Amino acid sequence: MTANDPSPNHLQLTRDGQLRHFLTLDGLGQPLLTDILDTADSFIEVGERSIKKVPLLRGRTVVNLFFESSTRTRSTFELAAKRLSADVLNLDISTSATSKGESLSDTLLNLEAMASDMFVVRHSQSGAPHFIAESVTPGVAIINAGDGRHAHPTQAMLDMLTIRQHKGRFEGLKVAIVGDVLHSRVARSQIRALNVLGAEEVRVIAPGTLLPRDVEDLGCTVEYDMARGMKDLDVVIMLRLQKERMEGALLPSEREFYRLYGLNQEKLGLAKPDCIVMHPGPINRGVEIESAVADGPQSVILNQVTNGIAIRMAVMSMAMGGQMAERQQRQQEGRA
Amino acid sequence: MTALLDIDQLLDTLESGLRQILQARGVDDPVLIGIRTGGVWLADVLGKRLGIAQPFGELDISFYRDDFSRIGLNPRVMPSSLPFDTEGRDIILIDDVIMSGRTIRAAMNEIFDYGRPASIILATLIDMGARELPIQPDVVGRALTLEAHQRVKLRGPEPLRIEVQESGQ
Repeated sequence: MTANDPSPNHLQLTRDGQLRHFLTLDGLGQPLLTDILDTADSFIEVGERSIKKVPLLRGRTVVNLFFESSTRTRSTFELAAKRLSADVLNLDISTSATSKGESLSDTLLNLEAMASDMFVVRHSQSGAPHFIAESVTPGVAIINAGDGRHAHPTQAMLDMLTIRQHKGRFEGLKVAIVGDVLHSRVARSQIRALNVLGAEEVRVIAPGTLLPRDVEDLGCTVEYDMARGMKDLDVVIMLRLQKERMEGALLPSEREFYRLYGLNQEKLGLAKPDCIVMHPGPINRGVEIESAVADGPQSVILNQVTNGIAIRMAVMSMAMGGQMAERQQRQQEGRA
Repeated sequence: MTALLDIDQLLDTLESGLRQILQARGVDDPVLIGIRTGGVWLADVLGKRLGIAQPFGELDISFYRDDFSRIGLNPRVMPSSLPFDTEGRDIILIDDVIMSGRTIRAAMNEIFDYGRPASIILATLIDMGARELPIQPDVVGRALTLEAHQRVKLRGPEPLRIEVQESGQ
């Protein structure tokens, strides 16, 4: 998908190029991604105040619509919405209406009837947030909190914010993503973001069985040998090995995976001395990363969590702002 | 047409006005907060003139604007930075131009989210009138009445100068 692909933009952006939904990084260019990072920087400062709240979304209702459970993502979205002064409703759909047979469309209609202004959607099916964005009433913003194997754009953007904080730039950076790229929506969004923001090299390091077909087309190089792959790295991003994936024939064993692709001090020593270590969490200690590394001086894993709140505040306020500006335009055109 | 007002004269007026009011209120350890962008340049200059050693604060009021629901978020928002605790402090709040008063309302709301100041003194370089809220500066460099098509703008930071622009439409 090229940077000029109009289809996602048509849905995600207003006529003036403001964000109105945040569904995928596909189609979003470097200026908009940089705007998101800059805005998030300002929200980081808000998080350091005695009153960690700004009134941007006062009186708005944000619904966290989680069809797939996730503690960290949901709680950082919730905190982000609350720091923007929104009212927040958390719906764990997997245990709720749909299990009583209500269709997705009916659930949405009911939530819209409660005058919701924004849905934060996590779904195990790729494309679910797009579907919802296409079907909701104009004026309601949709934020993708992870859909299937497709995308997890706020996670990728908080990773970009963390990299920029520690490295100050993207130009010239060599970044590796290690582990289960095949099942990772995070990896896809990260590769996209790193390419748009101008990283010099994005490398994926994984066994062939955990790589999607034609992975190079996403905009990365491939390395099967971790020792070779760690060379000259500025940033190493470890992916969570989803233990449920071990069942298939994809991997011999956890122990074997850790031996070959787990990050320990020795392998980290092959990267640049100031290489930072990232992980989207939750981490499996001793499966993809050694505790000494996860808790070590080069680890920025907990910064990622803090930055997650700021990124989500940025994306939510930008999308809501775009929706409201558009609503204003519609009213003016209606009067004219 | 670009008319230039004498910036130094206006700064002199602001400085002496501030000295008077600080003395009258018995404030001997104030801190300065400038509203981006013009107010920050002025805070820098006035801090030096008033001999305030404490570094001044910078406020970006984008998150507090009351037109968010009409125009969305300002994409050029920068982090605010107050390098001191506002709790219990006497604050001099500075902006370049006051008109509707909405910027000042937003700025005061933001300041209170950092803590409860003892007092706020409002100083603006130029007062354009046309107020929409009951907010008045304590000290003004100069009151100015312009034609509807004219705009006044502080340029800076080095050198600071005031421009009156014809908006053209």
